[in-house]
Amino acid sequence: METFLTLTAQDTDAIWLSIKVACGATLIATPLGFATAHFLVFSRMPGKSLIEGLINLPLVLPPVVVGYLLLLVFGQAGYLGPLLRSVDIRVIFTLTGAVLASAVVGFPLMVRAIRIGMEEIDGNCLMAARTLGAGWWDTLATITLPLSARAVLAGMTLMFARSLGEFGATIILAGNIPGVTQTIPLAIYEYTNTPGGDRMALNLCLVSIVLSFAILLVSEAIGRNLKRR
Amino acid sequence: MELEVDIEKRLGSFRCTAAFTLHLPRCGVFGPSGSGKSTLMNLLAGLLVPDRGRIRLAGHTLYDGEAGINLPPEQRRIGVVFQHARLFPHMNVRRNLLYGWRRTDAGDRRIDPEALIEVLNLGHLLHRGVNRLSGGERQRVALGRTVLACPRLILMDEPLTGLDEELKYQIIPYLQRALDDFAIPLLFISHSLREMRLMTDEVLVFRDGAVQAQLATESLARSDMATAGGGYTNMLHLGPPRPVGDLWRYPWGEVELVLTEGGRNGDNFVELEARDIILFKGCPAAISARNLLACKVVGLFGVSNRVGVELDCGGNRLVAQIVPESVREMGITAGVEVVAAIKASSFRRIV
Repeated sequence: METFLTLTAQDTDAIWLSIKVACGATLIATPLGFATAHFLVFSRMPGKSLIEGLINLPLVLPPVVVGYLLLLVFGQAGYLGPLLRSVDIRVIFTLTGAVLASAVVGFPLMVRAIRIGMEEIDGNCLMAARTLGAGWWDTLATITLPLSARAVLAGMTLMFARSLGEFGATIILAGNIPGVTQTIPLAIYEYTNTPGGDRMALNLCLVSIVLSFAILLVSEAIGRNLKRR
Repeated sequence: MELEVDIEKRLGSFRCTAAFTLHLPRCGVFGPSGSGKSTLMNLLAGLLVPDRGRIRLAGHTLYDGEAGINLPPEQRRIGVVFQHARLFPHMNVRRNLLYGWRRTDAGDRRIDPEALIEVLNLGHLLHRGVNRLSGGERQRVALGRTVLACPRLILMDEPLTGLDEELKYQIIPYLQRALDDFAIPLLFISHSLREMRLMTDEVLVFRDGAVQAQLATESLARSDMATAGGGYTNMLHLGPPRPVGDLWRYPWGEVELVLTEGGRNGDNFVELEARDIILFKGCPAAISARNLLACKVVGLFGVSNRVGVELDCGGNRLVAQIVPESVREMGITAGVEVVAAIKASSFRRIV
């Protein structure tokens, strides 16, 4: 009983890493996700469905495959390897890699959520704003963004939650290095492979549940606040 | 204000060609649904790009296909009041009203928001969310929002369609006051002849994507006499009524009219069908009609078997519709004195 809910230093590292990865992935993906959703909703460019399919691919592919594809692109011998080396960025077996893997896997979920909200916006309101003297960027900032704020929040929540649970792509791209890339799911995986680690695994599971639940509550509260305005 | 337009736009199988020049401050685009009126509006406002042509407003080139000029909507300073108010749902009335005003150069802000809010009677609604407004209130906010952007020209695309019959005409005095007080030229788009006559002096008749005619609104109204079941309707602008017995007396220029219905203690607009007016020569001994107006015939205009007799009635204009046989029998020509008899119940209140 004495080990119940006592976390080792490695566990605390894993929790902090998980939060860092989830925050990093969410922050990086949000502007890109907003831009992508905006493009998919408002653009009339031909070939849009092709881009749409490409964005949704990580949703249907096994995360391990996504991780492997990322390895092919960002690895030392990958297509972008020389470029990354020249600016001194290392992706493989680093925190950057874990953030990248999470962001890519969660991206389609985020775009989907933002898009649903953006499709609700009356395009005529945007035209009205233009005739009132607001330029394209002004309209984006004062009409489109506030009207899709709840959807963006929903997208960020999904992204954050998905990142907390990311396993497959992360283990391929970033590995499972305690204190460097070992997030909660990877730590749990390691415990379950260790004799007598079940109790420790359960502890981290509880932390994971509490963390995810807290995210949901916070997101709901912000959403309600946005709706009231 | 001078608006010169010569443009062409193809949308699928629909082709819109418009070539006209407008000078008057209050013009209209009249035509049935699907005749390309809204397309024209979008082209003028810059929300659609023409395939070729030119648009010039008060000496400024807004679009010139050959010269490659195409000002974006936000630089054209053409205000639009849309059919559905299109208010911004995340802003209250005040922020909606000031949206365009805040984006207008200080030098171009010739309209005082407080004065306009007063004219449109929106003072008590300023802090309300726009989703808790009635249809008429929404349309007034939309109008105010557009006027406050201090545009060089206001386009109104069927701004009254979709409002209750009752509400519809309550807005018209607000529209007229806002445009008069702040001297903004208007291009009013509608399929309603009555709205056209209340709001404009000159109209472009639009049909199948092209300008079919450009004429005075009054001429358009008179031409409607020829259509089966059509007729000419007088629109009378009356002063505030006072009760006399169980009837109401309204000042109409220098004369007074007796009506069965009471009205607002301000401007009143009533309709009177030209065919409901009976003309006499001399004065009848006794008559049930309560209004007997001494008039002078100004002119006649004939359409098929109906004749419109234009009357001067103490400085007011009135058109009576009779048949050619009566004209011959009574010897009605310009300059003849007649008496127009109108029943107190023939008038129909619009506003």
